[in-house]
Parts: sequence; C-alpha cells; structure tokens
Amino acid sequence: MIERTPILNLVTQLVLFVGLVVALAPFVFVAIAATHDLRDVNLVPMPLLPGHNFIDNLATAWHRAGLGPKLVNSLIFAGGVAIGKVVVSAFTAYAIVFFRFPGRQLLFWSIFVTLMLPLEVRIVPTYAVAANVLGPYQAILDITGITSLVEALSGIRLDLQFGLLNSYPGLILPLVATATGTFLYRQFFLTLPDELVEAAKMDGAGPIRFFFDIVLPLSRNNIAALATIMFLWAWNQYLWPLLVTTEPEHATAVTALKSLIPNEGGIPEWNVAMAGTLIVMLPTLIVVIVMQRWFVRGLIASEK
Amino acid sequence: MEKRATFGSWWIGIAFAVPQVILIFTFFYWPAGEAIYWSLTLQQPWGGGNIWVGLDNFRQILDDPIYWASVLRSVVFAVASTGLAMGGALILAVFVDRECTGSRLYRVVLIWPYGIAAPALGLAFRFLMAPEAGFLAFLNQIAPGLWDPGLNGTDAMIEIIVAFSWKYVGYDFIFFLSALQAIPRAQIEAAALDGAGWLRRLRDIQLPLLTPTVFFLLVIDLTESFQDSFGIVDIMTAGGPARATELMVYKIYFDGFRGFDYSGAAAQSIILMVLIMLLTVLQFRFIERRVHYK
Repeated sequence: MIERTPILNLVTQLVLFVGLVVALAPFVFVAIAATHDLRDVNLVPMPLLPGHNFIDNLATAWHRAGLGPKLVNSLIFAGGVAIGKVVVSAFTAYAIVFFRFPGRQLLFWSIFVTLMLPLEVRIVPTYAVAANVLGPYQAILDITGITSLVEALSGIRLDLQFGLLNSYPGLILPLVATATGTFLYRQFFLTLPDELVEAAKMDGAGPIRFFFDIVLPLSRNNIAALATIMFLWAWNQYLWPLLVTTEPEHATAVTALKSLIPNEGGIPEWNVAMAGTLIVMLPTLIVVIVMQRWFVRGLIASEK
Repeated sequence: MEKRATFGSWWIGIAFAVPQVILIFTFFYWPAGEAIYWSLTLQQPWGGGNIWVGLDNFRQILDDPIYWASVLRSVVFAVASTGLAMGGALILAVFVDRECTGSRLYRVVLIWPYGIAAPALGLAFRFLMAPEAGFLAFLNQIAPGLWDPGLNGTDAMIEIIVAFSWKYVGYDFIFFLSALQAIPRAQIEAAALDGAGWLRRLRDIQLPLLTPTVFFLLVIDLTESFQDSFGIVDIMTAGGPARATELMVYKIYFDGFRGFDYSGAAAQSIILMVLIMLLTVLQFRFIERRVHYK
C-alpha cells in the first residue's frame, strides 16, 4: 500500500531501532565482557572496546564448569527429546485421527489434559517416579493383591526397582510425556484428504504401510518444525536436569552455569561467567538463526 | 472435525497409541495422582510409612503468611512481566507490520531472545544489573546504595521481571506479527480509501482482530511465568534477599527438595495445578467465545 507518511515512518524506524538495541544489547554486552580481564570487567562503566582475554576466558569457563562433556550431554538430551517427541506424537496422532477404536475419545482427552500441567508444578512426585520408574507398577501390584498372591504361591517377593536418576532416559522420557507435538500432527493429519486413505486402501496398503510411505513423507515440514522447537525447549530446560542429575558427569550445560556465578565476597570473575554464558547460549542461538523458518512455524502451529 | 475414511483394524491403532499412553501414565498421571495422595498424608522423606491427615496440609499452608506472600509475589511477577512482554511485543509487531525499510532484519533479530535458556539469560542479566559491576552499576556511582538487588527486595523483583520479559517479548512478537499478517490487506486498504488514518485503522481494524491472540498470549504468558521463571530466579536471586523473590514454583522446589517437606510441597503443587487449570479452562470456556473472530 502506498501512503505518504514521513513522520510516521520516522517514528516507526525510531521505535524499531530502540527495540533492536534492547534485544541485542545483552548479547553484545555479554560478548564484550567475555573479552576483558578481571580488572576491566569490574570497571564502572565497563569499557566497551573488547579486551584481549577472550580465548583465556573461554578456556577457563570451559574447564571450571566442565562444559565439554556437559555440552555433549545437553546435545544427547535435547536430541533425544526432539526425536522422542517427533516419533511418539506422530504415532499417537495417527492413532487418534485414522482409527476408530473403543476409548478413542478418552485417549484424546487424557492426552489433552497433559497440556495444562507443566512438569514444574508436579515436580516432586515426578522425581519420585524417576527414582524408581517401576514404582507405579509395583504399587498397582501391591494394591491389587498380586504381590501377596505371588509371594504366597512362589515365596518370591516382587520388588520392581529401576532407577532413572543420572541417566539419559531419566532426563529424556518425562519431557517426552506431554501432548505438545500430538496436536500439531493431529491438525495436519486432519487436512489430509479422505481420498488419500481410500486410494491407499484400494491399492492394498495397510495402515502401517500407509503411515510410513504416505503420511510420514507428507509430514516432513511438521517434523522439522516440531524437532526444532523441541530441541530448543529441551536444551533450555533447567529444573528437571538439575534434580535428576546429581552427579556432575551427567549434568547438562545449562545447569553447569550455576557453578560459574561469582560467589558473594569471592573474586568477581564476571569475565569467566560471561564467557560460559556465551558458550551455553550459542548453540540455541545458532539453531534459532539457521532454523528460523521452522522455529516460527513450529511455535505458531503447536500452540493453536 | 472427524475423518470419514479410516482403517478398520483398530488394534493397530491402539498399538500406535501405546508408547504415548505408557509415558503419560508413568510420568504424568501417576505423579499427578501421587501429588494428590501426598497432599492428604504426612510423608516421611526417606520412605517408610505415612499418616493420613486429610486436609491438614492445605489448612497449614493456607494459614501460613509466608505462603500467601509467595502467592502475592507470583501474581505481581506474572502480571508485571506479562504486561511488559505483551506491551513491548505488540508495539514492535505493529511497527514491523508496516513493512518499512529494514523490517526483514527486525523480523529476524527480535525473536532471538526467545531462543536463550532462562538460566543463561539470568546469568547475563545478573551481571548487567549487578550493583558493583556491569551496566547498572553507574547508578551506585551517582548515588551509592540506589540499586542493590542483593539487599533490596524490590530491586531483586525488578531484576527478575526485566529478565523474564526480555525473553518473552520475542515469543509474543512472533504471535502478534503472524496474527497481524493474517489480516487481509484488502480490509486495511478499503479503510484507507475511506479516509481512515493509520491510528484509526489500528484502533478499529487491527486491534479488534488481534483480540484472540491477546487472550491466547495472556494465558500462555501467565502460565509460563509460573514455570519458566524458576531458572531465572534460581540463578539471579535464589529466592532472596529475605524471600523477596520466592515465587510459587521456587517455594515448591525449596520446601520439597531442600526442606524435605514432601506433603507441604505436594499440597502447594495441587494449589498451583488448580490455578493453572482454571486459567486454561477460562481461556477455552469464556474468553474464546467473546473475542472477535473473522
């Protein structure tokens, strides 16, 4: 639309420029702080010309927080959540959309409810489940009397124990157990024309063949979008990894940041802290920049 | 919406759903149920027996002024950060939508903050807003003691609100912009031909058409402020000074894992669950009906 609005255009540019500065300033400030030595970083105001200690600071932060193995952990963790989500929610959405089995509505609603309660609010009991993932099943056996029955018959006391603390499954599985991706796929599957199913049936393709040869290739865009946002979401998780990984060698990069906070009254090594922050935020920033299209698409589609 | 053509062999359908069902039963429904059970009993932290106490845990929490203070703080945090994030995002989206020179750049850069982990940006903002070094420290050179989030509760609260809003401006911006771009240009052009200026078009066409997005983001931001705030609080203030930034989720974590008061933490979880469910139901039941759709 062509409209002569010189003043409004000026205001637009000004407001957007301020927005840009506010959005970028923290990144720039962190990056500059990471190049200073201990003295310069604590000057007020901090010199805005980069110093010469960038590589040293990165190395110090890397060693102090043990970032090498922790970044690998983060990568496996975030990748695992992304893959798990993509696979499990595609399966579930397929079941909900393309089949009519008894209890389908119940399944739909029981998955829908999981959208409402984030992990953070049910953190304590979820932790207890992760400590012994077979606990729920043991409790069911106890309550239904199967445990005592087996004990009376064979003399063996059933005691199911399987801890997931300090393991990748323990990190990954509870985060896969939500509905986010399921509805993204469901919306998409519903737009697939009925004729597609009918044609496949006529050609003799069963449901499994139809899923792998037709539905999955058509969902490529959704898979990319979902994988991107789930990777970011998992990489940025904090509370759950903090609880589940009690041993430092299993911790993730994001939780490792805590060890870089300068202690009150200690040496204010903000240059090292900022170097660590930079290392931890860089992978997600790269994903956002490279996968921008899928990221935006995934966010908008998965929340509707 | 339902499909007409489906597959008949429904046992395969069930097989496809099994992984999800096992996962949500084990890691969602069981813990949620257990939270309800724990909130009605007194749990020993190291296992071994529990005593049924009915609603005593809830009574104890609801009589506790420290709990109510944390609820109040969470509400202040939620309202302030949601308002800041949505307001900022709306202004930016409206201006980017005008498609002036450089709007492509803004569209790319303004969403970056949302990609950053809450604890990482917490640490960055902790430095930026530290009283003795960083960006805001000059305030203390002008007037010593003017800014100190380590000692002053209000300063600490401002600190976490700013950090949280900074991240969510990027998120809200994506949604506002996509909603603005979905408005048919023809409507706006017709209004322009009728002589409506930019402000008038904004007020009478674009903003009314944005109401669904506004309410959607309102619920999402409020819910996220209860949960995503944990990393920011833990890194920036650890709930301090003197509990001044102890939000509800942080208190659950602290009572449960540091104080080993599983029952109290479970009861608090239940209250928070009910609160978040009410928010979600509110969105689906009342708000979606009254807002304007095309």
